[in-house]
Amino acid sequence: MYWNQKFECLPREELKQLQLERLKMTVERAFHNVPHYRRTMQEVGIEPDDIQSLEDLRKLPFTTKDDLRDNYPYGMFAAPLSEIVRIHSSSGTTGKPTVVGYTRNDINVWAELMARALVSGGATRKDIIQNAYGYGLFTGGLGVHYGAERLGASVIPISGGNTKRQVLIMKDCGSTVLTCTPSYSLYIAEVMNEMGIDPEKDIKLKCGIFGAEPWSDNMRQEIEKKLGINAIDIYGLSEVIGPGVAVECLEKNGLHVAEDHFIVEVIDPQTGEPLPEGEMGELVFTSLTKEGLPVIRYRTRDIASITTEPCPCGRTNARMSRVSGRTDDMLIIRGVNVFPSQIESVLLEIGYTEPHYLLIVDRENNLDTLTVLVEVSSKLFADEVRKLEHLGKKIQGAIETALGISVRVKLVEPKTIERSEGKAKRVIDKRKY
Amino acid sequence: MSVNQISVFLENKSGRLAAVTRILAENNVNIRALSIADTSDFGILRLIVDKPDVAFEVLKEEGFSVSLTEVIGVEMPDRPGGLAGVLDVLEKNNFNIEYLYAFIGRGDNGALVIFRVERLDEAVKCLEENGIKVVTGDRLYQL
Repeated sequence: MYWNQKFECLPREELKQLQLERLKMTVERAFHNVPHYRRTMQEVGIEPDDIQSLEDLRKLPFTTKDDLRDNYPYGMFAAPLSEIVRIHSSSGTTGKPTVVGYTRNDINVWAELMARALVSGGATRKDIIQNAYGYGLFTGGLGVHYGAERLGASVIPISGGNTKRQVLIMKDCGSTVLTCTPSYSLYIAEVMNEMGIDPEKDIKLKCGIFGAEPWSDNMRQEIEKKLGINAIDIYGLSEVIGPGVAVECLEKNGLHVAEDHFIVEVIDPQTGEPLPEGEMGELVFTSLTKEGLPVIRYRTRDIASITTEPCPCGRTNARMSRVSGRTDDMLIIRGVNVFPSQIESVLLEIGYTEPHYLLIVDRENNLDTLTVLVEVSSKLFADEVRKLEHLGKKIQGAIETALGISVRVKLVEPKTIERSEGKAKRVIDKRKY
Repeated sequence: MSVNQISVFLENKSGRLAAVTRILAENNVNIRALSIADTSDFGILRLIVDKPDVAFEVLKEEGFSVSLTEVIGVEMPDRPGGLAGVLDVLEKNNFNIEYLYAFIGRGDNGALVIFRVERLDEAVKCLEENGIKVVTGDRLYQL
């Protein structure tokens, strides 16, 4: 089943021709409308006319999250604000968040891509889609929502949280498709079990389209067994467009990248050199149709590989492997991006001159948990329990405010957190994907 | 007048208390009194020792979070009502007690209790005015 057979199954030669035409337009647009792109291209002596083949893409400089942050909020927009109809934001890290803007046409393209993704995962217009991605600045909620409406399915915009209500609505309204993070789907299954609701008898779910955090085939099997559904992986990031950049088909053997709208490359994160098909490296995307925020060679820091081997489903688009990790130390905890450096800045603000801390990420009852171990230096040590407990709460409150997720803080003795030569080990991730 | 107490931060895991006592033993420091305040995650070990300065230095060198806290040693009759009498005085004069614990040995004239109170100097004066004996640090370390 396809949503847009013509473009999803375009012969690769035609696809490449289309990509080249669109790439030229994108480079032109970025060069003339975004000072950052003009400057970085001029620095390497490239003009839009130098892009004459898809291979010429390699001449263009990379774009990073820092570039977006440095041009916060609207500096990277290639369209005037009067043309922008929607603004989203990615979760803020240490400094400023990044802001992304969509023109009416961008929203259209995004809805099209999400409709394709839903169909690719097995949804039809007859389905009832329970969308448990968070609605708001995060692109997950509205991204799926617009795609589901484009498809003509019935959307339940329930957003995340309130799990008992999720289960009741799922049962009473007969939801057939669930969209949320994979870990949340397992939590829903567990609450369902506690409520005495049998997924086989009481629930009509047939598939789930899960993303926004890394997961594994083991986790897929667990979800499929517990909920009795087909679990499909979807990939996207707000800087590129949001969910729908790539999605699995029912073969569940790689995620088809919407190559008529994006060029995907895999590079060596150290050298920046493109890697051959099949090799793991950093995913880099170039948008081909975006008007509001075109991105040229955007470095995602996500690690995966690419193949153009034909897929039995008939789609001709390249497939990316599951994201296997990150080139930086970003963690995704309950769908929220977390950098260890955020915790470091909080500790510095509280008065630690040389913070020693360790993040322990685990999964309890299918929900991610974050425990922060903080060494109590002689300077911070107080002889009274109440003062130390107050210190712990103060650190906890400050971290929660900075990250937007709940944490547990444990005070530990000095020198108990391992010191290492060079880069300190700041994270122990015990989650099994 | 006050007594220097050694306070040590301890995680709630096995062997930590033993580590502290071993270090003190190796440095020939004798423990005169101790108490542990504990929570689910951590504990605070409080010690009165014969050589507080040595204890502070060696524990610090070994990497413990340690601090010196001023407390007072109060002597009281070793009979029913002995402690109650002291507490009455402190309560009537509005001194809040952060914590207290008993001394292992005996004083010259009865039981000894270590107090951590707010407004330490005023508390000492108040106790003495009420005929209660406050033991000096130097005396206490040697008992």
